[in-house]
Amino acid sequence: MSVKDSLAADHIVAVMVRRVLFYTLLTLVAAFFALPLLWLVFTPFDSTPGLAVKLPDFTLDNFRLLRGNPYAMSSLKNSVLISGGTMVMVVVFGALAAYALSRVRIPGRDALLYSLLLLSSIVTGTAAMVPIFLLMFQLNLIDSRTGVSLVLTGGLLPAAIFILKDFMDSTPRSYEESARVFGASPLQVLRHVVLPIARPGLATVAVWAMVNAWGDFLIAFILLRDPEKSPAGVVMYTFYNEGGQANLHLISAFSLLYAIPVVAMYLFVSRRYGFRFYGGIKS
Amino acid sequence: MRLAKLTVVVSVTALSLSAGACSSSGGSSSDASRGADAKTISLSIASNAIAGGKNDQEAKWMADYVIPTFTKAMKAKGVTATVKFQPSGVDDEKYKAKVSLDLKTRSGADVVALDGIWVGEFAQAGYIQPLDKVVGASTAQWDGWSQIPKPVQANTSFEGKAYGIPTGTDGRVLYYNKKLFAKAGLPADWAPKSWADILAAGTALKKLPGIDPLQINAGTAMGEATTMQGVLPLLAGTGTEIYKDGKWQGNTQQVRDVLSFYRDIYSAGLGNPAFQQAAKGRDESFAAFAAGKVGVLLEGDYFWRSVINPKGGDAPMASRDTDVGYTLIPSQKPGSGIRGQDFVSMSGGSGYFLNPNTKFPAQAWELLTLMSSPDALKALLNGAARITDRTDVNKEVLAGDPMLSLVSEKVLPLTAYRPGEAVYPQVSAALQQATADIVSGKSAADAGAAYQKALEKAVGADKVSGS
Amino acid sequence: MAARSADVTDAAGLGRVRATAFVVPALLLVGAFLVFPALWTLYLGVTDYRLTGLAAANPQFVGLQNYVTAIGDSQFRNALWLTILFVLGSAIIGQSFMGFGIAWTVRSVPRLVRGVIETLVLLAWILPSSVVAFLWIAYLGRGDGTLNTLLQTQGTDWLLAHPMQSIIVFNTWRGTAFSMLLFSAALNAVPPSQLETARLAGASTLQQFRDVVFPHIRGHVLTNTLLISLWTFNDFSPYLLTAGGPNHASETLPVYIYNSALYGGQLGYGSAISLIMLVINLVIALFYLRLLKERRT
Repeated sequence: MSVKDSLAADHIVAVMVRRVLFYTLLTLVAAFFALPLLWLVFTPFDSTPGLAVKLPDFTLDNFRLLRGNPYAMSSLKNSVLISGGTMVMVVVFGALAAYALSRVRIPGRDALLYSLLLLSSIVTGTAAMVPIFLLMFQLNLIDSRTGVSLVLTGGLLPAAIFILKDFMDSTPRSYEESARVFGASPLQVLRHVVLPIARPGLATVAVWAMVNAWGDFLIAFILLRDPEKSPAGVVMYTFYNEGGQANLHLISAFSLLYAIPVVAMYLFVSRRYGFRFYGGIKS
Repeated sequence: MRLAKLTVVVSVTALSLSAGACSSSGGSSSDASRGADAKTISLSIASNAIAGGKNDQEAKWMADYVIPTFTKAMKAKGVTATVKFQPSGVDDEKYKAKVSLDLKTRSGADVVALDGIWVGEFAQAGYIQPLDKVVGASTAQWDGWSQIPKPVQANTSFEGKAYGIPTGTDGRVLYYNKKLFAKAGLPADWAPKSWADILAAGTALKKLPGIDPLQINAGTAMGEATTMQGVLPLLAGTGTEIYKDGKWQGNTQQVRDVLSFYRDIYSAGLGNPAFQQAAKGRDESFAAFAAGKVGVLLEGDYFWRSVINPKGGDAPMASRDTDVGYTLIPSQKPGSGIRGQDFVSMSGGSGYFLNPNTKFPAQAWELLTLMSSPDALKALLNGAARITDRTDVNKEVLAGDPMLSLVSEKVLPLTAYRPGEAVYPQVSAALQQATADIVSGKSAADAGAAYQKALEKAVGADKVSGS
Repeated sequence: MAARSADVTDAAGLGRVRATAFVVPALLLVGAFLVFPALWTLYLGVTDYRLTGLAAANPQFVGLQNYVTAIGDSQFRNALWLTILFVLGSAIIGQSFMGFGIAWTVRSVPRLVRGVIETLVLLAWILPSSVVAFLWIAYLGRGDGTLNTLLQTQGTDWLLAHPMQSIIVFNTWRGTAFSMLLFSAALNAVPPSQLETARLAGASTLQQFRDVVFPHIRGHVLTNTLLISLWTFNDFSPYLLTAGGPNHASETLPVYIYNSALYGGQLGYGSAISLIMLVINLVIALFYLRLLKERRT
């Protein structure tokens, strides 16, 4: 073999070793995330679900039980409504606010944003529910899914604006200026120039808002009275018996169903609005 | 700072809006005869039950029996009644928060289910009021009162006044695995008469490999289950209740005796510390008992009915009826228990209460008494055996269930209830922490001293008796 | 905080008035449902307010008593230290690095592999805490736990023997998805042409990262770290795995608040501790702010 050939061979080996290591690493990472999920893979199909992972005797009885539960399926619909509404409001109001704060020098902007962010981390739990409940009672928004969405949006907006502002800040102003020169109104500039560029950020915030709203228990529980309006996050907590022991048949099956809409939504957003920007605008 | 100013303006507006909602809680409209002649009424019932989930039996009973029966009864009087049920079905604490908020804003259902132990704090907060104030003196004439034993009535009363009607109660006993007992040379009809007997059984069981001899709840992970199925029955066995003469038991001789008993169990390895410390330790101990790996377990009749029940229990034991025995919890020594008893127990229970802001007090009271009538209770049980508040119903429905009959006839007369004080959860937490200290190796004296400090911090030194 | 706030210009000609109008809807919601409860919480912190009992009908002003009690409690200081460890281990180190690592590496794998990995990471994040508790107790269980079976270490009770390590690993698993999402979005805003140029000029991966990628995502890194630090600081889920035990060994501040205040219904005391946590969060935020300002020089 000539020197050139052996060098080439070495190179190929090196590349292959690198590839093998790379994929091993990826497999380890995948295993890290997948292993704890095993319980969720097996238990819903087990006729005697327990606290440990074991191979199931493949039955769909748990799902049948779930279908017979009067509120399980409707709760998924309610979750879609509430989370969807929250997601839309957070993205729209958040984008508007983030854009304004990013472009215009409003005094006290940074300090305000930081304080709101800090406040959003302590306003959780029963202590915060008292004033929210009293306020909603006065506004006659008790037992209303819209009310729940509004409260959730209020809590999520500071972080959303925080994240979106970063994306808005890094969009080049030259495009906006050109658009202005061509006579576009600020709203048109926002819609047609800025938003497409900030799309990955918007998609992130959308998924994040939806996941948070989907997982909410306390706000929906405290504000809703009609069980037909209860979202999945609340219904999940009812699958226990009087002494607090969990009904693993229902919980495991429901968890699986619970996860599906969110994952589906993520894949949809990811595919359509993309966390990737193959922009038509080169920079 | 214009933005900041704007934000503050909005929040202050919100503040004043809700200030209107929470002016002074309690002390509502006082005319007990309001709405008495209405021809169209609407009532709602709230309970921590939900169809398909927690307390599903109760939720179904609302829809299938209570609402139709009441509506029919009202129709016969020419009144159109709409009754709704507001289910919840979540953790008790969360339900308590929800109900508190409802009552605080003077809204919420007309008939509300509450745990008996909340009565004191709700009454003090003004959320509920005595029945004779909400409805009138006629409530004392209800014939059902004579069927409800006085201690059970006390569970839904505060300062001597009845606030609601109890729904049922329970009792705690010692369960033991007869198979393991046979292997360890212990009798199949075990009847311990003192704590020493329990420890002796534990020591005998220790010889069996892979078995946890005694499971008497300890630690903080199990929450109230430690206090109710551990500390309090033991404390009752030393002759005192946790709250006596307006003071809470601090580091007294009796409390130290209880802690020493725990020390005896855990220093001799008769109990498994893992169950007491794991987040789901209670569930794990139940599963272990069902698998025949635990010798003795102190629990309520709920364990028999809902956990190891071969038909639909959470940790079903196919051989429950043959292999599981149950016996009364002994006092520390014969005669050393409260009221001089040889055996003790603790009970809890909930009840249905009236919302003082109901628009139709008289009709709500009718609904309440309907829900507590013998027919209604039998409809609720639907053939299952469970201890209700009424002795006439108990005699009928428990006839076929020896375990529950035992509880109803032998345990209830010797049981005690927890004090319905608002600070009780903090006292309970201090007791749990004391047992947690024992499990992690502290001596009874040290744990007791730490408990005294924690208790004084929680309720104030003047309310604690003990060194 | 912003990457280029020094040269913020009103490129689209918004004007002050319209800008304020854009901000108002968000402000209304935030003012009503965030600021207002927060102010209320501050007020509660100086009273002995409870949800039930005499103190519910007649809350008394107790001044700084709640704060004094909290700071004097050794359990509080223990909880504070544990929380710092928790944030450091699971958020700053765990979630950030893993999230970035995954975002970086999945850019060059086939679509299917990327989808599988992202779904797994996402599932860990979206499942409700109550279910996740079951998952991890099955995983780390003493007798037939999955981990013990794999590693052949039956009998090791991970949650009892190594509580802090367990919850740190748990929280890394739980929250990596957010960092991964954010970094994915951020990385994809890096102009591919610049990366291409660097590669053609012979830069190694590390150099590409340092000189091309990092400048573009610097702001995002700090935003992400700040957010996940704050969220982890206030995260209650360790309670579901260890209930703060054994014996306070994994009692982070949110668990501490629950065990010492909320369990007994003492909303006043709980609010006081929440405010102390807020102040600590403020210190963390200021620290990050300084870091960002320094970097920008």
